[in-house]
Amino acid sequence: MSATTNLIGRTTTRRKRLREALTAYAFISPWIIGFVLFMGGPILASFILSSFRWKLIAPPRFIGFNHYIKMFTTDELFQLSIGVTFKYVLVSVPLAQVLALSLALLLNQRIRLLGFWRIVFYLPAVVSGVAGSVLWSWMYHNQLGIINNLLLLVGIQGPNWLFDKEIVLGSLIVKSLWNVGVPMIIYLAGLQGMPQELYEAAEIDGAGEWVEFWKISLPMLSPVIFFNVIMGFISGLQTFAEPYVMTGGGPDNATLFLGLHLYQSAFHYLKMGYASAMAWVMFLLILTLTLVQFKLGSRWVYYEAEA
Amino acid sequence: MAVQDLVTKSNQDMDNSAVTSIDFRVFLLGSQFKPGLLRQLMVYGLLIVLAALFLLPFYWMVNTALKPSNQVFRVPPTWFPKPVMWSNFYKAMTMRGTEARVSSSAPPVYKYALNTTLITVNGVVGTLMSSSMVAYAFARLKFPGQNVFFVGILSTLMIPFAVVMVPQFIIWKNLNWLDTLWPLMVPHWFGSAWNIFLLRQFFMTIPVDYDEAALMDGASRWDIYWRIIMPLSRPALAAVAVFAFVYFWNDFLGPLIILSTPENFTLTIYLVNFTVAFWQVTPWHLYMAAALIITLPCLILFFFSQRAFLKGITITGFKR
Repeated sequence: MSATTNLIGRTTTRRKRLREALTAYAFISPWIIGFVLFMGGPILASFILSSFRWKLIAPPRFIGFNHYIKMFTTDELFQLSIGVTFKYVLVSVPLAQVLALSLALLLNQRIRLLGFWRIVFYLPAVVSGVAGSVLWSWMYHNQLGIINNLLLLVGIQGPNWLFDKEIVLGSLIVKSLWNVGVPMIIYLAGLQGMPQELYEAAEIDGAGEWVEFWKISLPMLSPVIFFNVIMGFISGLQTFAEPYVMTGGGPDNATLFLGLHLYQSAFHYLKMGYASAMAWVMFLLILTLTLVQFKLGSRWVYYEAEA
Repeated sequence: MAVQDLVTKSNQDMDNSAVTSIDFRVFLLGSQFKPGLLRQLMVYGLLIVLAALFLLPFYWMVNTALKPSNQVFRVPPTWFPKPVMWSNFYKAMTMRGTEARVSSSAPPVYKYALNTTLITVNGVVGTLMSSSMVAYAFARLKFPGQNVFFVGILSTLMIPFAVVMVPQFIIWKNLNWLDTLWPLMVPHWFGSAWNIFLLRQFFMTIPVDYDEAALMDGASRWDIYWRIIMPLSRPALAAVAVFAFVYFWNDFLGPLIILSTPENFTLTIYLVNFTVAFWQVTPWHLYMAAALIITLPCLILFFFSQRAFLKGITITGFKR
């Protein structure tokens, strides 16, 4: 008797679980369908495509790994675009973190009108993409732009920001620092969530602010820094709108970002197969860089729960 | 008497909460530092200098947008436009024929605005609906493979659009959807990784007791999701909506690939092609006026939903 109720009980819980699981799959089905159609499927497809020479008009022709070989041996533009992209990311991401963290520290002081200052530093992040790029092209204008005109006021003849191949990448980096609002807000939230006991204890021990920053704030913030760095890398490697609008990749290909090169190969020259191969290299780059950062991160990121 | 009591009590509560909130602010704003006068001066000095730098582009945009055309090419520039040309905004949005070269056959700007609005509204609604459904399953239900799926969703954050761009383009081509708005609308009804994560984090903070009580009363999971979780998650949904709005409004690469005839262009494409319509010299005052108008909806939205916006960034668990 009790065995049967037990059995019934077990089957009902099992049935309940099954029902719950089926409901759950129904709820996540949009993501599964979307993933298959717009992500997983296309990624596989682009790998297959990358082994074909296909210019849309003529039928595709199988060429194996030739695209990848060409990329790393004879295609100087590709290698150049990798270099440009890396230089940009390796300089702009750390600079952005330093600026964002400094702003957050400044806002975390006892200041009046916190809301106002926060808006000021966040606002540029809303003007990203095309409008921001158009605006900065105008700021950087050689004779008419505000930057060179302000420099003239103090007697400096400013450079031709977007047409000098030596400094154009720097100009784009400066522009990217203007959009530092999101990491700044995340750092500020991290700072505001700091346990005050730590600082109190440090003060009793006679630690100064400088020591407090290096020994408490920074280690406690390290997971947040880690997150911001990874997100910065991922979006930095995909930079597109800025070079497309501001420089068109020039001068002399000095701002030919990987994303731009890929776009041009696919949609100007209709090299669908070759563009797919490049896209795969970009994907692998992001994957490797993220994994490397996770590996390195385990050395410097401090998680409270582990301590 | 009871009412009187309640009023006094709530007044007291308010007083108390006011006191705690002030304490809380001091606590948040870094009471650990003893602010000397010099220090205060340094902090505000830095703030003012940095704020000026951050606002400089906005000043330059507004300044240029309001100039008469003959002042645009003056060196040194006029720092304050005189007379203020409000008509630039009108011109930037309507100019055809006289000043423009080729665009006399192009559709009026409101058509672009309509396209952008359509894409944005669809994107916001699609993202809200689909991402919240997926997030609900991860926050509230148990199913085999849950963790694998969750990690899977998060790792799609690493997939650049460029990787899927070419195959997607071929899909749209075969569906005969190129140069229509469909490819810019349909894919946003399938959940987006970041928003799923954000909403799941928020849903987890809602007490499970509500769900259990509703289940007892015979509510279905869908009822719980739609009638309990969603209404209680308005702040998080607002944050997602604002993010999505800014994202879709500014989207560029998608429309650039898909759209080719002017009737279908969006505002960002219009802005990029703005100078094509002119001979040689770029009318920067009109260009800036157009850029300003196009950015305005995002700026206004940000001002009115600042709290939701900032909250959205912090929901994700960085705030203890």
